[in-house]
Amino acid sequence: MVSLGEMLLCAAAKIGYFGLMRKSFGPQIRGGESAAIIRLGTQPITNFTAEIQVLFALDWHNFLRFQDEIPISEATLVIADTQAGVAPSSIASIVTLDLTGAANTVGGARANSVLLGMLGAWLGCSADVLSEVIHERLVKLDSSALAQAVMAMEQGIQQWEQRPAVLTRLATLPPERDTSVEPVPRWLASGNQLAGLGALETGVKFVAAYPITPASDCLEWMAQHMESVQGQLVQAEDELAAINMVIGAAYGGVPAMTATSGPGLSLMTEAMGLAVASETPVVVLNVMRGGPSTGIPTKSEQSDLNIALYGLHGDAPHLVLAPLSIADCFLTMSWAVFLSHHLQTLAIVLSDQFMGQSLQIMDALPGSPFQLTFEEATLMTPYQRYQDTVTGVSVVAHPGDIGGMYTADGLEHSENGVPSPKASDHLQQLEKRQRKLQQFDFGAYWGNSRGEEGEWLLLCFGSLYGALLEARQSLVDQGINTKVIGLRLLQPFPRESFLASCGSTRQILVIEQNHQAQLFHYLNSLALPGLKFSSLAQPGPSMITPEQIVADVLQRMETSAQEIGDDSKG
Amino acid sequence: MTVKAKFYKSGVKPIWCPGCGHYSVLNAVTKALAVLEIAPENCVLVSGIGCSSRLPAYVNSYGFHGVHGRALPVATGLKVARPDLTVIALGGDGDGFSIGGNHFLHACRRNVNLVYIAMDNEVYGMTKGQASPTTPESWEHSKLTPHGPGVRPFQPCSIALAAGASFIARSHSGDPNGMANMIYEAIQHRGFAFVHALSQCITFCPEQVQWKDWVHDEAVTTADAGEAAHFLQNEDGFSKGIFYRCDRAPWPVVRGENQSITTMRAGFAV
Repeated sequence: MVSLGEMLLCAAAKIGYFGLMRKSFGPQIRGGESAAIIRLGTQPITNFTAEIQVLFALDWHNFLRFQDEIPISEATLVIADTQAGVAPSSIASIVTLDLTGAANTVGGARANSVLLGMLGAWLGCSADVLSEVIHERLVKLDSSALAQAVMAMEQGIQQWEQRPAVLTRLATLPPERDTSVEPVPRWLASGNQLAGLGALETGVKFVAAYPITPASDCLEWMAQHMESVQGQLVQAEDELAAINMVIGAAYGGVPAMTATSGPGLSLMTEAMGLAVASETPVVVLNVMRGGPSTGIPTKSEQSDLNIALYGLHGDAPHLVLAPLSIADCFLTMSWAVFLSHHLQTLAIVLSDQFMGQSLQIMDALPGSPFQLTFEEATLMTPYQRYQDTVTGVSVVAHPGDIGGMYTADGLEHSENGVPSPKASDHLQQLEKRQRKLQQFDFGAYWGNSRGEEGEWLLLCFGSLYGALLEARQSLVDQGINTKVIGLRLLQPFPRESFLASCGSTRQILVIEQNHQAQLFHYLNSLALPGLKFSSLAQPGPSMITPEQIVADVLQRMETSAQEIGDDSKG
Repeated sequence: MTVKAKFYKSGVKPIWCPGCGHYSVLNAVTKALAVLEIAPENCVLVSGIGCSSRLPAYVNSYGFHGVHGRALPVATGLKVARPDLTVIALGGDGDGFSIGGNHFLHACRRNVNLVYIAMDNEVYGMTKGQASPTTPESWEHSKLTPHGPGVRPFQPCSIALAAGASFIARSHSGDPNGMANMIYEAIQHRGFAFVHALSQCITFCPEQVQWKDWVHDEAVTTADAGEAAHFLQNEDGFSKGIFYRCDRAPWPVVRGENQSITTMRAGFAV
């Protein structure tokens, strides 16, 4: 189903649609039942809504496992293959089509190819476009299997042309596109791939990692491209090894990163503290999934914020960043590589399964504004690796640099790197490491915002930003001015920029995909003057939808209006 | 030898107890570096946690003193990223065979071109004398295991062989010249070179002063793993020498570039 979804998305892109596809797998990761949820439009699409308009079922087996994520209402048009098996009793009305029968007329072809033809024709794709997609995407098939897939696809086009009257409603669904202009070549990419691209284009030349869902496909994409940057990727024996290998490479002056998910991040936390103490630049991409423990490995959640902020032992200032969309995985990862290199410390990037593994049709991305520069260091004599400076950043020597010999150390040390248990050295180095983050000007990249100030401000981090933007538009359409902020920089908290962006709005609704309202509690701990935070927190894998946000805001406005009314009566 | 071993000493005073075997290992490392005339800026010593892991600070070269058990991953990442450097990982028996045991196995089979010196004193010295993986079964001097660890000791050389190390040797701190020579051979070896350095801790295991009488030169260097296995299964743990040395291409294999960044971006186009 997922590969069919990818082909359909690809075909839609070729005729000028934007779109988004979420993949949903069963818990067993390696294969089996899967669902592809697609939304198409004429503007870039970054999120889903609460509504499923059409559902195509090729196999009802284990459908119940997805039921929470695929909300079928009476308005949903449900279409199933004759061979799909027994449908859930909760679905009242189903249109049955003989896709398998159509596939059987061309020998060994599968119903998927027939469905591709039917859906492609429904969107307005020609047989040529769909044939091109089949040839581009099914590269592993031999020529006779490809020919069969094309014939089955053509059967699907016929199915659409001879559709029963009950499907007439379907024809009105695709958003109208301007067919007079030639479609612009676009990209089809996932957040995991774009995070990899951002890292490599900014200068990462070493990756070490241990396979883990849902981060592995970032690593697999990077593995294909490491040679083009003359870099190396090591599959480590475990996450402890992975993070320490990355530290070793970075100590050698080679920009390095790893990618993991919750359980792996937990294993890496000790060595992440080493990166902070030894001032070694390291980037850890954490693609969040349902936790704790093994949790729900294949599905999205935003519940690793606490471990990213607070997981390290000791006083260990470090960077925590989060991309705000699939496309933003590129920029945020690039920024993280730049910041960690410049500030000689750890950067944790919190992506999530939703943006990591969803595929989006988007305009081609421009290059990153962040590039690493390598100047030959002027080393003082005698060299002091951990010199206490105004900015907190000290000159780093790398192996090979004459006169820079020092031993990097996780033990507390004095300015020259020699281990020291002295209170004065400890305080000096703690303050130096903190100052690096406090003094740095993070500029305009700390977050994204949109809209004019209103009674409420909607705030989030990560992939929810798209849903917030759509909710905002809906509120504005109802005459309710609402501003939206998405935080790209979570730590150090961009206090001044954030307060300035809030303007005169005092009521802030913090929206997040976890059970404990981690971002809400973090914001409350910062003692931001005059701001009142409220929380909309919901664990994964059910995604918070724009409709949900709008309903929540309207409810809160009604409640506060009532309270004001009650007060005036009193 | 035009460069003196002393040139490779940093001048930082070791924290080790008088009579500690690690002083000899330090001398052997600096002597091997001097014989090979490795420029100090091109050499990195990487260690974990423990008495022996303090060694990098005492050498005039680059060093990395990381967390407990992870010297080999740090050294691996460094050497893979910077193949131009001479990388020597070192640490103790607890660091390498207990908390870092998994990395030891995989470093042996990965065969990255680096040296690993395990300074084995069969005890956790820095935490005041607990049993380590190489402590004899009946050693009753730790309050943590008052009846002795009761567990068969770890056999570093046999395990290195089974895991696929391409160079396996043992030396003793009572013979610093022999050890310097062994480290010299290990640095020259192309691939993962494991040096099991018996290095006594007379503070917590005073009985180890007898090691100097127990060690013996009997090993015959072979490239036949079966022969080496037979020898290692039948020796008493105090044989010195290079037990096994074979010519196996180190990892990673260097490949040429085959793409440009524009190709990377082209993959996204539809």
